[in-house]
Amino acid sequence: MATTTAAMRAPATPIAARPSQSLWSNAWWKLRHDRLTIFAFCVLVVFALLSAAAPLFSEYVFHYRFEQQDLLHTYEKPQLANLAYLLGSDEIGRSQVVRLLYGGQVSLAVGFVAALMNLTVGVTIGLTAGYFRGFIDDAVTFVITTLNGIPQLYLLLIIAALWKPGTFTLIVVIGLLNWTGITLFVRGQTFALREREFVTAARTIGARDRRIMFRHILPNVLPLIFVLAAIDIGAIILLESALSFLGLGIVPPTPSWGNMLTNAVSYFVRAWWLVVSPGVMIFLTVLCLYLIGDGLRDALDPRLKTH
Amino acid sequence: MRNFIARRLLYAVPTLIGISIITFAIARLSPGDPIRLFTFGIQDFTQDDYNRLLHAYGLDKPLPFQYVDWITNALRGKFGDSLIYHRDAFVMLLERLPNTLQLASAALLLQLVIGVPLGVIAALRRGSWVDGLIRVFGVAGHAIPAFWLGLVLIIIFAVNLRLLPSIGMLTVGHDQLDIVDRLRHLILPAFVLSLTGIANYCRILRTETLDVLAQDFVRTAHAKGLRERTVVFVHALRNALIPVVTALGGILAALVGGALVIEQVFSWPGVGQFTFQAAIAKDYPIVQASVMFTSTLLVISYLLRDLAYAIVDPRVKVS
Repeated sequence: MATTTAAMRAPATPIAARPSQSLWSNAWWKLRHDRLTIFAFCVLVVFALLSAAAPLFSEYVFHYRFEQQDLLHTYEKPQLANLAYLLGSDEIGRSQVVRLLYGGQVSLAVGFVAALMNLTVGVTIGLTAGYFRGFIDDAVTFVITTLNGIPQLYLLLIIAALWKPGTFTLIVVIGLLNWTGITLFVRGQTFALREREFVTAARTIGARDRRIMFRHILPNVLPLIFVLAAIDIGAIILLESALSFLGLGIVPPTPSWGNMLTNAVSYFVRAWWLVVSPGVMIFLTVLCLYLIGDGLRDALDPRLKTH
Repeated sequence: MRNFIARRLLYAVPTLIGISIITFAIARLSPGDPIRLFTFGIQDFTQDDYNRLLHAYGLDKPLPFQYVDWITNALRGKFGDSLIYHRDAFVMLLERLPNTLQLASAALLLQLVIGVPLGVIAALRRGSWVDGLIRVFGVAGHAIPAFWLGLVLIIIFAVNLRLLPSIGMLTVGHDQLDIVDRLRHLILPAFVLSLTGIANYCRILRTETLDVLAQDFVRTAHAKGLRERTVVFVHALRNALIPVVTALGGILAALVGGALVIEQVFSWPGVGQFTFQAAIAKDYPIVQASVMFTSTLLVISYLLRDLAYAIVDPRVKVS
C-alpha cells in the first residue's frame, strides 16, 4: 500500500527526479541537501582558516603577538575599543583572542594528525585480523581487550607523566593508543565482506591476499571510515583538551584550547571570559565534527535510509 | 549457561595478565634508578652497598622473575608503600574508593533516570520539536568538554548565585552525616560526570525504539487492537531496553575515566584525583595499585555486562 502511494506521487518529488548513480555521487547528492552538515562543515573550515591565518591576524588585525604581555592591561574585559582585547586579556595582559587563534592551530593539528595515525594503524590491523582470522585475530583481540581494560585516561595519564609532555608526545601517544575502536569496526566489516562472492571471484582469478584486502575489501569499508574519522578527530580534540587542562598535554607557552583553561581556573572569579571562550571553541569544533560524522553516516550508509 | 560463565571468566585471565604486564612495565620504563633515587646524597654510599640493596630488593634478577615477584605480591594487594606518604599504597587507594563509587553511582543513576526516558520520548514523538531538541542534546552532550562544563557550572551556581558549594564532598567542620550537605556537594560533579552517558543513552534508545516500533510484531500488536500504551510499554519497550545493558560496559569505562578529570575540577577526594596527584609526583606504587585496581573493576564490569546481555537477550548464543 505504502509503496503504491509512493510510486504514484513519485514524479512530483525531487528524490525520484535524480538519476541513479554510484555510491559516492549518491552520497554527494544527499550531502548537498543536508543543510546542517554543510553548515557544520563551513564552520569547521572557517575555524581552520582562522587558525591557519593566526600569524596574519596577530600582525595586521590585532597588532599583538600571542606571547606578548602587558602588565598594565591585565584582566581587561572583552571590548571593542581595543581589538586585541576583543575577548579580554588574561592575568599577565596577553590577548585572549590571539591566543585562541594560535591555540586552534595546535588543537586542530593534534586532532587531525593523531586521527590519521589512528586510522592508518586501526584500518591496517583491522583488515589483517579480519581477513586472516585465526591466530592473528586472536592476538589482535587480546591486545584490544587488554588496552580497553585499562581506563583510557589512566593509561594516557601515566604515559604522559612518564615521558616529557609536549605536542609531539601527545600526538604519538594518542595516535598509537586510540585505534582500538576503529580496528574493531573494520575487523567486523572484513569478517562479513571476506565471505562475499566478489572476494571468492578475485581469489579464483589468482589475486593475492594483499590485493584482495586493499583493492577489494577496503573500498567497501572506506565510506564508513570517513564517518569514524570525523568522530575520532572530535574525540581526540576533547581528549587533548582534558590532558592539556591537567597539565599533561600541550605545555605553555604554546597555547592550546585545553591549557588556556588550566590558567583560567585560578582566575575565574575575576575573569570569567578566560574560561568561556576556549571551552566554547572546543565545544563548537567538536560539535561540528560530530554533526559532519552523523551527516556522512546518513549519506554513506545505504541501510540507514529509513531514519 | 554455566559453561558460558566459565568461558568468560577464563577469557578475563589473559586480559588481566596483559594489564598487569603493562602496569609492571610502567615502573620499569620510568626514567631514573630507584636505588640511586633513595640513596641520593648519602656520603659513604659505595658500589658494594648499591649491589647489596639491588639484591635485597630483588632488582638484580632478570625481568621475568621480577615480574613474578611483583605479581604475586600484587595479587595479595601488596603494591608497596607510597613513596610520599610512606603508607601502604593499596590501603590508601581503598580509603578513597567509597568517594569515587558514590560519585560514579550517582552519575550512573542520573544517566539511567534521565537518558533512557528522553530517548524513548524522542522516538515516540518522532519529528516533533521535542524530538529535535533531544537529538540536538544527544550530539551536544557528547561534544561538550565535561571538565569545562564543570567550571562554567561552578561559576554560575557557586560563584555568582551562591547556591551550591564548588569543591569537596562536604563542608569542613560540618556534621559528617548531614545528608543534605553531602547531596549539595554531589549534585554538580555527578551531573557533569553523567552528561556524556545521558547523551549516549538518548541516542541509543531513540534509534533502538524506532527500530523496534517499525518491526512486524509491533504492527501485529496494533492490528490485534491493543491499546497504544500496551503496545509501547509491554511489547516495544521490553525489546528496546536491551541496549541499556549492552551500552553499560562502555559507559562504566567512560565513568571511571571521566571521574579522573571531574574529581580534579571539583576537588573530589576520590581514586581519580589521588591517582592523578600520584602520577604527577611519580609515586609509582600508588599509580600501579590504582591502574591494576580500576582495570580489574573494569574487566569485571565488562564480564557482568556480557552475562547480563546473555540473560536479557535470549538470541545471544550461550555456546
